[in-house]
Amino acid sequence: MSIKGKAYIAGIYEHPTRHAPDKSTAQLHAEVAKGALEDAGLTHKDVDGYFCAGDAPGGLWPMVDYLGLKPRHIDSTETGGCSYIIALGHAAQAIALGKCSIALVTLAGKPRTGAMPPRAQGAEADFETAFGATTHNAYGMCAMRHMHDYGTTSEQLAWIKVAASHHAQYNPHAMLKDVVTVEDVLNSPMISDPLHRMDCCVVSDGGGAMIVTTPEIAKSLKKPLVRLIGHGEAMKGPRGGKDLDLTYSAGVWSGPRAFEEAGVTPQDMKYASIYDSFTITVLMQLEDIGFCKKGEGGKFVADGNLISGVGKLPFNTDGGGLCSNHPVNRGGMTKILEAVRQLRGEAHPKVQVPNCDLAIAHGTGGLLGVRHAASTAILERV
Amino acid sequence: MTEAKKYPTPQGNPESQPFWDAAKEGKFLIKRCKSCGEAHFFPRAICPFCFSDNTEWEQSSGEGEIYTYSHMRKSATGPYVIAYVTLKEGPSVQTNIVDCDPATLKIGQKVKVVWKPTDGAPLPFFTPA
Repeated sequence: MSIKGKAYIAGIYEHPTRHAPDKSTAQLHAEVAKGALEDAGLTHKDVDGYFCAGDAPGGLWPMVDYLGLKPRHIDSTETGGCSYIIALGHAAQAIALGKCSIALVTLAGKPRTGAMPPRAQGAEADFETAFGATTHNAYGMCAMRHMHDYGTTSEQLAWIKVAASHHAQYNPHAMLKDVVTVEDVLNSPMISDPLHRMDCCVVSDGGGAMIVTTPEIAKSLKKPLVRLIGHGEAMKGPRGGKDLDLTYSAGVWSGPRAFEEAGVTPQDMKYASIYDSFTITVLMQLEDIGFCKKGEGGKFVADGNLISGVGKLPFNTDGGGLCSNHPVNRGGMTKILEAVRQLRGEAHPKVQVPNCDLAIAHGTGGLLGVRHAASTAILERV
Repeated sequence: MTEAKKYPTPQGNPESQPFWDAAKEGKFLIKRCKSCGEAHFFPRAICPFCFSDNTEWEQSSGEGEIYTYSHMRKSATGPYVIAYVTLKEGPSVQTNIVDCDPATLKIGQKVKVVWKPTDGAPLPFFTPA
């Protein structure tokens, strides 16, 4: 059993807004749903599967009603920023089994306009809440230990931001369009050691959506064909505090599962969307999913190796979370959307990878230094 | 002098209450599994390693070393240092390193538990030994 080639991404839409004080969160979900359906050439009456995550106000009940959907398959798996990469895999499973044929996945929200609700807590609450784990310091702790164990440097991390900024200059919607240097990153204020401000992604309102469907329906539509050929998901946490190792993520499990299912290797990838909540997130993920050996991420990302047209692995050619947007503090959806644009040949000409027929969209969700999920999707242009 | 930081009061529950009762006496408890021998933290009734329900409370030395840390330079309640400390008994615990100069901290540094008050049971923080 495999989902290889059994589901296609037939419609995508990224909301152009980065600041939406004049819209409701549900409205943003509806706008991205409408955009993705129009991109696919479908209507909302065609949707028979709906997927949303923790950003959808009230969850499935109000969302399905508000959007006027009549799904026969629903899923609200919540794993933070990678929820949408997991949703892609789950949608493919449902489609492969005939549980739905046109699945809509939405993400939207407004962290820049209003305060975000607190993160849901579990059995650990009394033992951790007081210590103030945030995204900044939880990822900071990963970076600190990675530097200690492998000699990774702030200069190497900075190259990730530099590459993202080279791409963002061509994205008219990007929040940060200025090309920056390694020195700019190192000179930006320290936020949570060893991460500087420019090691951190932006905070933005907005959202995105995609339509996942059967091979037959995708082929009846007008868009270039992009299909899912491999998918993986995994979770990691301190697990009782035994043998704690913050230098690797659940990507060490989700990545190989996805590549095995797809029957390809990291070295076959023409383009990579890698969740960039922080520079260290990218560096660790590249190691974990097999683009280089553990501990060699610093060398791998240095000297522009992630810049399209310059390096060996063009990444996040929309500018990513580091420069373009990070809707609802969740980067998984936009990772898929730019990978699909690359495979369709719809990326900006300055960053479009020639003959891009294989791409990866990978992300984590939650706090990398505490509890998180990871998901990997391998996509192919047919 | 800045005022002492206000920390949230542990709510406790039937599974964790012995930890908080011991905390009031300055004792740092962890759980150890009598079936597989592994210690864990935070405490569970059922061992996360072998799923045995034969777990027992054990008093930790409260001594360990910094596994990793990050100095959060700004927050609504001021700067602080979040860390994982690996206890002598094995488990690593999430905490803050307090009563120290953050610039002098190092991975591997020896630390010891220090209790900070709340409106209920105190909370376990760590400070350089």
